[in-house]
Amino acid sequence: MAGPVKVSAGLNPTSREVPIMEIPMVEIERVSLWYGEKPALKDVSMSIPKHRVTAYIGPSGCGKTTLLRCLNRMNDLVDGVKITGTIRIGGTDIHDPGLDVTELRKRVGMVFQKSNPFPKSIYENVAYGPRVLGVRNRNDVDGIVERSLRGAALWDEVSDRLPDSALGLSGGQQQRLCIARAIAVEPDVLLMDEPCSALDPIATAKVEELMLELKNSYTIVIVTHNMQQAARVSDYTGFMLLGELVEVGVTRQIFTNPREKKTEDYITGRFG
Amino acid sequence: MSGRARKLWRSGEPFIWLTGGALALSLLLVAGLVGLILASGLGFFWPGTVLRVTLADGKAMTGQVVEREPIPAETGQYRIKLKVANRDLYGADFQWVDESGIVKREYPPEMAVVERTEWGLLIGTIKELREGGKTVAAGPEAAWAEVRKRLPEAARVRRAILGIEKGEIGAINHAQERIRLRLAGLERRGITAGAEVDALRQQMAPLQARYQEHTARLGQLRSGQTASMVVAADGGKEKDLPLAQVIDVYFPNAMGALAKSGHYAAKVWEFVSDDPRESNTEGGVFPAIFGTVMMVMMMSILVTPLGVLAAFYLREYATQGPFVSAVRIAVNNLAGVPSIVFGVFGLGFFIYFVGGAIDRLFYADALPTPTYGTGGILWASLTLALLTVPVVIVATEEGLAAIPRGMREASLALSATKLETTLRVVLPAVMPSVLTGLILAMARAAGEVAPLMITGVVKLAPSLPIDGFWPFLHLDRKFMHLGFHIYDVGFQSPNVDAARPMVFTTTLLLLLIVVLLNLFAISLRNRLRRTYAAAGV
Repeated sequence: MAGPVKVSAGLNPTSREVPIMEIPMVEIERVSLWYGEKPALKDVSMSIPKHRVTAYIGPSGCGKTTLLRCLNRMNDLVDGVKITGTIRIGGTDIHDPGLDVTELRKRVGMVFQKSNPFPKSIYENVAYGPRVLGVRNRNDVDGIVERSLRGAALWDEVSDRLPDSALGLSGGQQQRLCIARAIAVEPDVLLMDEPCSALDPIATAKVEELMLELKNSYTIVIVTHNMQQAARVSDYTGFMLLGELVEVGVTRQIFTNPREKKTEDYITGRFG
Repeated sequence: MSGRARKLWRSGEPFIWLTGGALALSLLLVAGLVGLILASGLGFFWPGTVLRVTLADGKAMTGQVVEREPIPAETGQYRIKLKVANRDLYGADFQWVDESGIVKREYPPEMAVVERTEWGLLIGTIKELREGGKTVAAGPEAAWAEVRKRLPEAARVRRAILGIEKGEIGAINHAQERIRLRLAGLERRGITAGAEVDALRQQMAPLQARYQEHTARLGQLRSGQTASMVVAADGGKEKDLPLAQVIDVYFPNAMGALAKSGHYAAKVWEFVSDDPRESNTEGGVFPAIFGTVMMVMMMSILVTPLGVLAAFYLREYATQGPFVSAVRIAVNNLAGVPSIVFGVFGLGFFIYFVGGAIDRLFYADALPTPTYGTGGILWASLTLALLTVPVVIVATEEGLAAIPRGMREASLALSATKLETTLRVVLPAVMPSVLTGLILAMARAAGEVAPLMITGVVKLAPSLPIDGFWPFLHLDRKFMHLGFHIYDVGFQSPNVDAARPMVFTTTLLLLLIVVLLNLFAISLRNRLRRTYAAAGV
């Protein structure tokens, strides 16, 4: 694994903040992506530090979700997608032909924009990942389910109705169940694609609180439309526009003193 | 269109009436259909009173009133149709009587209706009971008392005879047939003598001895039954009926509503649980019920995996394009192909080609008698599975299309492979749709007759496809089916008039079975839906 580097490697270092030494978890190098003929990402480079929350902001269609889905190769499922450049997670090239994509996805969990629990019981939802990975022992699975639900701050609410359908939970609970399901396989990186866009403010607050707790154990990458959310939860923020990563830096700096005019325009609400 | 009419039309009110009216008309048609079948079918087993009419010329006629209708040429005049029964005495079961010619109507309580093993019903008064030709009791009451005493014994002996014929002698025949086949197999290989042949021949001898024993016992049982009853009918005719042939005797004119209800229930039970008698016009339809249900079950077992797998390929794996679209259209249109076409395919492919090959490979000893190279329940089920597979494919495909992408992605993101996702997430979620397809398939299969007639349904099957002889499940056997039974009883039987009510009763039964099978599948689907209720999009 590479040694400590400055977070904004590849871009100009921030002037006002003291350069923070971080361990990079994900390194993105000159990644471009096309859907058919249409370019969606243009020459994106940055690194994502370990055990921090990194947020991507930007207007709709700017490519932030595409970038996120590159990290667990979810874009492989789309027909006619073409990708160039290198992505390393924990030092491993994720496009290495010797690497099994399921192996990658075991290390990179994902929480989706719309909560998508399986139409199974609460217990079965969380146990799904471990079972796929071959955990058979009932006691082991029980332990994982409880730990994951506690980790997602859901245990106290559902511990007495684990066999009930997950679809009976509220929207916020469903999203936290999806987080529990994702952390049940103990990934290194947790990708969150607008996890709160369908939730009310109270449920959103709970998920945000959870993110701050989870970053102690996981590297979190979140895509959000909500700039306040990015400001509240993230340590680093990247601003994307039309497939380009315009600026990336420490969150406070991006929101208070952006270097780029485009970033400032977006943050102050002049467009977007 | 004038201004007001246009305004009225645009208000939407007439259109609502139009749609509502169309629905009401459809419901009325269905209700009328079910009502007609119920009305015509349910009355069949009710013990109708026996009317004795005396005509102006002094002639008396006795029978149950079946219908009453105006005489075509004469206004205000009616005639009644009497079921006089006693086909062996009168030659016809029914007689028309003009009401104007009737001088006296009475309902004598001593009128007996006798169900017997042949010639249909016997209606008349019991005159005497004879034992070995000698009169034991005379007069309606005394004779009936004696008859009643002896009927249980007669029924017991009849069951015993049937038991020996079907059970013991059937088993001996079965064993002999197996030995004969093995001998034929040896002969085919050029072995006509030697230890093996001798051993088989030796096994034959005790079987033959046992057969003789049973025939002797049968003869004994039969000769032990010497009692007969004499029944007097109209016109001074008499019938000396051996008690061995009597199944039931009842006096409808003397029965109260309660007794009639009991009789009705017993007859309904006999209908659904007994074998048919007298070329299907009497007795029960149990083998047909059994055949119908078993055929539908086998069809379901065959069609579900086939349809589901095909749908999975079409929707999950095939690259969507013009070719797949063409295949999809072809599959949908397959559902509209006339069923007899599938029957002909089943006959040509399954029976002649596949069945013929199986016979040559595995049942060569039995040839030229075909085993699988002739119609049977397996081929009929396969043919119907083919007929209904488009329904299952279409329903499954629609179900697959409705499964949200997020559900699959969630599974893939948890490092499941596509196969694991398909089996653990997609398949359970699509099961309610599969069952919807299966319900439609079963409804279609249960009512289909045409393709069955050339792939294995017969008027009367000697044995059920499941019995006590190894291998217990005989997929090569021909079977009976309610749909074909309706056609056969109503239009092919020697006594169409007498059998007609049975058409409606059998139809009612067929409807009932289809409804029950559907209810079973629907309840299963609802249970699955509760478990796997698809996440809102």
